Order: sequence, then structure tokens, then C-alpha cells
Amino acid sequence: MNEVTKIDGIGSSVRRTEDKKFLTGKGRYTDDINRPGQVQAYFLRSDVAHAEIKSIDTKAAQSAPGVVGVFTGSDIAADKVGGPICGWVVPCRDGSSTKEPPHPLLAQGKVRFVGDAVAVVVAETMEQAKSAAELIDVDYNELTPVVDFVKADEGAQIHEEVPNNCYFDWELGDESATNKAIESAAKVVKLSVRNNRLVPNAMEPRSALAEYDSLDESYTLHTTSQNPHLTRLVLAAFMFAIPESKLRVIAPDVGGGFGSKIYVYIEEAVCVWASKKIGRPVKWTADRTQAFLTDCHGRDHVNDVQLALDENNKIIGLRVDTVCNLGAYLSAFSVVVPTILHGTLLSGQYDIPAIYTNVKGMATNTVNVDAYRGAGRPEATYLLERTMETAAKEVGMDPAEFRRINFIPKDAFPYQTQVALQYDIGDYEPHLDKAMEMIDYSNFEKRRAEAAKRGMYRGIGMSSYIEACGLAPSAVVGALGGRVGQWESASVRVNPTGTISVFTGSHSHGQGHATTFAQIVADKLGIPMENVEVIHGDTDKTPFGMGSYGSRSLASGGSAISKAVDKIINKSKKIAAHLLEASEDDIDFKDGKFVVGGTDKEKAFGEIALAAYVPHNYPLETLEPGLEENAFYDPTNFVFPSGTHIAEVEIDPATGVVEVVDWAACDDFGNLVNPMIVEGQVHGGIAQGIGQALLEDAHYDENGQLLTASYMDYCMPRADDLPSFKVGYTNTPCTHNDLGVKGCGEAGAIASPPALINAVIDALSPLGVTDMSMPATPQKVWKAIQESQSVAAE
Amino acid sequence: MGEISLKLNGKLETKDVADNTLLIDFIREHVGLTGTHVGCDTSQCGACVIHLDGVSVKACTMLAKQAEGSEIVTIEGLADGDELHPMQQAFHENHGLQCGFCTPGMVMSAVEMVTKNKNISEDEIRKGLEGNICRCTGYHNIVQSVKAGAAKMGG
Repeated sequence: MNEVTKIDGIGSSVRRTEDKKFLTGKGRYTDDINRPGQVQAYFLRSDVAHAEIKSIDTKAAQSAPGVVGVFTGSDIAADKVGGPICGWVVPCRDGSSTKEPPHPLLAQGKVRFVGDAVAVVVAETMEQAKSAAELIDVDYNELTPVVDFVKADEGAQIHEEVPNNCYFDWELGDESATNKAIESAAKVVKLSVRNNRLVPNAMEPRSALAEYDSLDESYTLHTTSQNPHLTRLVLAAFMFAIPESKLRVIAPDVGGGFGSKIYVYIEEAVCVWASKKIGRPVKWTADRTQAFLTDCHGRDHVNDVQLALDENNKIIGLRVDTVCNLGAYLSAFSVVVPTILHGTLLSGQYDIPAIYTNVKGMATNTVNVDAYRGAGRPEATYLLERTMETAAKEVGMDPAEFRRINFIPKDAFPYQTQVALQYDIGDYEPHLDKAMEMIDYSNFEKRRAEAAKRGMYRGIGMSSYIEACGLAPSAVVGALGGRVGQWESASVRVNPTGTISVFTGSHSHGQGHATTFAQIVADKLGIPMENVEVIHGDTDKTPFGMGSYGSRSLASGGSAISKAVDKIINKSKKIAAHLLEASEDDIDFKDGKFVVGGTDKEKAFGEIALAAYVPHNYPLETLEPGLEENAFYDPTNFVFPSGTHIAEVEIDPATGVVEVVDWAACDDFGNLVNPMIVEGQVHGGIAQGIGQALLEDAHYDENGQLLTASYMDYCMPRADDLPSFKVGYTNTPCTHNDLGVKGCGEAGAIASPPALINAVIDALSPLGVTDMSMPATPQKVWKAIQESQSVAAE
Repeated sequence: MGEISLKLNGKLETKDVADNTLLIDFIREHVGLTGTHVGCDTSQCGACVIHLDGVSVKACTMLAKQAEGSEIVTIEGLADGDELHPMQQAFHENHGLQCGFCTPGMVMSAVEMVTKNKNISEDEIRKGLEGNICRCTGYHNIVQSVKAGAAKMGG
């Protein structure tokens, strides 16, 4: 590597190039954008969870001040506009497919959750639209709401297409081999866990601004999306039946996503539709309560686990029966999250010879549930790592040693699990060892004793996780029920002066792609990073791309960029060979220079770029001028980050408050391009996991009212709830992409909840506490302490 | 409706607005400075923090009318031309931001906090940021940023 790459190439913690605009208030988020003549949309939403609509009277609203249009489901139906679609389905045990009820843009005849959109009012100002919406009279015939998803099959049927409120009943693995293992086991550890329901809560609420150009009959939509090309595809092909070329989707600066901004929501589509109907740009921005009510939620599983052990405490089988809540309508990836992204991860880091899982996805009168940071993998990791800890304690082994004897040995890779995935590479003991060292595991009992002297309960808990990310070979995705490809695209344009414009199909909403991707290009071409600009988020500028979710941007998007740069280098070698009057085979590319091997004849990269655009001395008969290459990269496998996180807590028995006093995270993400950015991703993921384990819980009452619909009621992690984190790495480079990279975006959220709950239980273990559900709120912890003491008193 | 005049980042702004106009809407919609954000409607998230006569306040929770005649500084007014304020620079150097949405409020809160307490401790920083929610960073690097910013500001 030359001097330049040492400063800002792959592996350097380069400060982010995108920071300055955000730090000076120059970020440009959707709600910051305004168009001349723009009007505001406000959605009237159902305040009941389950009801038939007997009538809607919009007359008074139509004539309210400032109103330019009031529309209901019948207007949408009259224009034959389709609703959001499901992007992935799975087969059921009985041979049928996933049940896919329609999801109308505005309710047609029935409302199915509190927040379901019944009408839209478009007015000159948001205040006028809101005031007019209050004049709409909706007459409901209320039906019994279905809220408890575990008993949803006994409740009133929500969709006529979904008998017993069961969208799917799916299975994976070998049931009879697994049951045999359980029957023949020396010990079976049983555990039932609940993965609490969460609200993603990106800080920027969703927003959309749609504009129709009647001259060329085209639309422009600015929206808060993680994947603008998919948004365009769904809107154009499935909702409006227009050519993609008639719709430009721009996802400008987007203030966090965490999964919640993957899908096309009804509000975006209604704004697009209304912009033509009204002939003016239409804008909608959610307030926070609308975000709570209508953004897709995450998690919400119950899992019954049976882990079979032989007489040497080796795992011989695992059975997991899961019921999960998918809410009122099937969101785009709601089906894949609890099935493919969950069931296939059940082997974790362990060599398990027999695994079986059954998952039932239920409809309820709650908002849709879909991907939230980790998406299925946190649920798999939680049940597995809680069970591993429980098993270790039941057999009297140190939890670290119990994991260690069950790890897949490092010489067993590639390792074929019993749940479809083949891990390409990994080595699990080093990150376990390193995390234990980072937190000084061996001296923990001294710290516990010291805390006990102060009247505090101290505990330690770990979690060794694996995740599959970087979605994935398209053919595999298709075979598993996916309806999209899972490649990524890049276009690398070398400008005549040698500067580079990189157009990526990935989308950044906080991940720092402008920096990381520029580092890859600068490193590979041996040019300064400031010569590289990264462009994303606009379907008129970037090639068709799949966007960012599932920790795929670097492994898939970065690999596409790397591939396009390789094509640039190959073409440049041909140009250099011509200019240097040498054979192409004799040209070496190093440190930004094309050199004839064994000579001092060379051409700098910039000279090649200029020659490509000013082809006066150029092999035009065999080579096109210009220097711009596209690449579409379809991975040959998932990537498999892994790691061990260890949490240490102290609990005050007087209050039940759990304080996280220390955290060690040791992750194997393969090669790191920008360690500073990776570390930031780990921090953020852990914080969301700690939020899940201690603070956050989306709670509907028995009537289907969301009781936690504001920051006054839903407990978000704040600075004084969290510790500083110790972060370390091991590295087994990915074997199947050029960069050797895995994904890091979700790991923290996957690893941390079980580590923390294991620590809480460990802290209370002297009191005989063996279980604790999430979130471990002070009230719950305090109650567990009181109950254990009253048991002891008896 | 009524006329409201206030000084915004050193410039006098006079607008005729409805009496119930919130200060945040005056700044974002009537003046067009969109660096200050709205992340909730319950005064919890702090994305809308500005300085009003040197004190950090949540602009979503006061009427524009209440700010009549005051001097307001928003995130756009913090840097000195092209030169970032030491706290902005510290956030950059310590990776104290990811998606950037909470950042303006976070920086404005941090500046006031450090102005009042130059030798601020980590514990005080964490407590002081209680009214600013970030979903991306886990706060680790924000706390490091504020510490570094305090040092740059003469702590």
C-alpha cells in the first residue's frame, strides 16, 4: 500500500465526509423539502381496532376552509390502485401457501387496527387538513378485537382469506430425528421465552412529498426510504401500473431506518395518487404518535424450546415451536423475518446434529410487524442463548465452558447446519476468550462479593451469536420464497480529470457509505479519497439497486463497487498498454500507476482517464472510449458474522433498577474497511438491544389500543441509561467476496438482549431466580426479588 | 395573525404568523431554516433544541410569540463561517453522529451544557443529555464528543 492508502484506504478510521452538512444544519431530509404550490395531507385513522365501516360522511370536511380534496377507500378503488404487496412468502405444513389478504391504501369496508387509514384530507396547511378531518363522520360497527396473538386462532376472523387468523404454519428441519434426540437425551432443557414487541423509532418520522408533472405524465416522490428503487418498482408495477420511467423516487438524507423504512407504506402511495388527482405537490409527514401507530413494529414472538443433551453435555437436538404476531396486514418482509431469517439461525455457533422448528404467523388487530434491526436473528439468538445459559446452570457447568464444548470446531468449516445454511468460515473460541479477557471474567466473583457487601446484586451474562446477513444468492432467495433478487449494483464513472463518481444501489441512512465506499475505491485505485464522490438514493441517477437492510451494504454493495473498479482497472490496463507500447500482460497496476513490468515506463491513473476521454492516441479499433463501468454483484452465499458479548450488571434490591456497569463486545466481521464506523454500528446495536432487554415494550390493551404511543409512554434508551462499551474484534475474512467483509449493522442488537438478561438472572441467582422476561423493568425485577424473599421466608 | 420580530442567527426576522404558531414552525417554515428538526410532539426527543437568549430550549414547546424580541441561535448559526464550532468539530472527530437527525439538537444541548460547566464529567454529560434522544449511536461516541468538545472549549 502506498502513502495515500495508509491514510484513508481500507482499514483506516477516516472521519466521515458526510458529517459537515449534518453538523451545520444543511442535511436535506424529506420534510425539509418544499415545492411550489404544495398542499398537505392528513390521514384520518381508525380509533378502533376492529370494525366494519357502515358509512363515511365527508361532506362537512369537503367544504372546510383550505380543503382541496377529501378521499376515501372508494375513490382509491374507483381508480383501481393496488395496495402494498408481500415480498416473500413461505409454504405451509399442509402444502398450502402463505395467505395474502389485500391491503387497501385506504380502508374499504373494514378497519383492522388502531391507526388504519380511513380517509385522507388534503388542504393548504396541515392545520386546516387536521381540522377538516375532525368533521368526517365515520359510523363503525365494532367487532371483537384480536390482540393476544397466541390465542388469535380462537378470535374473530380478521380477513376472510385468513382462516383461524393464521397467515402461515411453516416448518424447517428434521422433526422425527429431532424428537428422537429429545427422547433419547440424558437431559432435556426446556424454556419458554417471549421476544417483546418493539417500535423501531428512527428519529426522523416518515414523510413523503409527491409531485405530478402533467406535461410528461410523470411523478417525482421524495420519501423516507431505505431502498428507493424497490419503492419505485412496487409503486409503478403493483400499485399504479405505470412504467418505472414515469416515476422518480428520491430518498434524500434519511434519518435512520432500522428496517422500518424498507417497505412501501400506504401514505407514500396515497400522496403519489393525490398529487395527480389534485394537480399540486402533496406532502405528508408523520408526527411521532402516527409513527408509533403505523410504522411496522418488530419482534413479538413466543418460543418454546427443548434442548437435548447427551451424558457429556453435548447438544444432540434442538426443537423450537414459535408463534409470532404479524399484525393486521402482511407487510413486505413480515413473513421471511420469523421464518427464513429466524429458523435458519437456530444452530447458532453450535454443532447440533438435529434441529426442527415450527413457526405459526398470526394475524391480530395490531399494526403490521416486520423487520427491525436484526429481523429474526435477534429472536433466534435470544431463545438459543437464554437456553444455553439455562442449560449450563442446570448441568452445573460454567456457561463459557458449556458453549465452548458445543462450538462448531474451527476445522469444520464450511459447516453445513441442519437448518439450510452453510457457514463458510468462522472461529468461535477466540472471540469468546477475548470478550472474557476484556471484561476480566476470571475475577468476576470478587466483584460480585464486593457488590454484595454494598447490598447490591451483581451478575454477569454472555451471548455467543451468529447472524446470516448480506442477503444473499438470488437463486437461494428465490428457492426460499423470496420474490426479489438479492444482488447489488454499482456504477463507477471515471471523469476526464481522474476524479471518480460512484453510483451505488445501496442507501445510506446513517451508515456512512459516502466514506466507506470512497475508501474502497481510493484504496483500489491508489488515488486520494477526496477525488471520490459517492451518489445514492435517486432512481434517476443510480442503477437499479436493492437498497440497505440486513447488514448487506458493504458485503453486497461494496462488493459490487469493488467489481466495477476491477473492470475499470482492466480497461485502463489496455489503454496503458497502448500508450506505453507494451503488451497488456506486461502491465502492472500499483499505487495508482500502470507500469510496464521490469521497466521505468509508467502512466499515472489520471493520464489513462484523460486518454479515455480525449482518445487522440487510443486503440479505437478495439476499445471504446470513455471510462465507466457497471457491476451487478450476486453473492454466492450469506455472510456469517459472529461474536461474543458479555454484560455485567448491578441490581439495587431496594428499587429493582438494573444498572449496566460493563459491556464487552468481541465480534468477527471479517475485514474492516472503517473501524471507527464499524464501532459506531456496534454501539448503536447494543443500545437498541439494551433497550429491548430493560426498557422498551410496545403494549396494546385488550381493546387493541396502543398504550405506548409516545416518548412519554414508550421507554427509549437515553444517555444515562447506558454505559460506555468495550469493543474488540477477531477476524476470519469472508471467503466468498473480494473484500473479505461480513456485515456489522445488526450484530449489537442481536447479541445483546440475551447477554443482558442472562446477567440479570445471574445477579439474582443467589435468590433462586431462574427466569426473567424482557423488558426487565425495575418493577418486574423488584417483584422477583420480593417473591424470592417471601419464598425463602416460608 | 400578528407580526413577530426576533433575531435569528444575528439577522432580524419579522414575519406575520398565526398566534398559535410554534417557534419551531416559525424557524422551519416561515424563515426556512430546516436544520432544527422535529422528532416528537411531546418535548422528549430534543431534535428541536435551539438557544434562546443563550439558554437551550425545545423549540417545539413554545410559541413563536413568546420568543418576540429575543435572540435565537440555531445549528446553522453555530459555526464561524467555514470554521466549525469546537463542539461541531468534536462530534466530527469522535464519530458522534450517524444519520444526523438528532445531531443539531444534540450539539446545541452540548454547547450550552459545556458553557455552563467547563469541567463536565462523563456522568454529568449523560445526565445532561437526558432530554435528547439518539437512536443510532448508543450515545458512547456522543459522550466522547462532548468531552472532547468541552476540552476544545477551554474545559
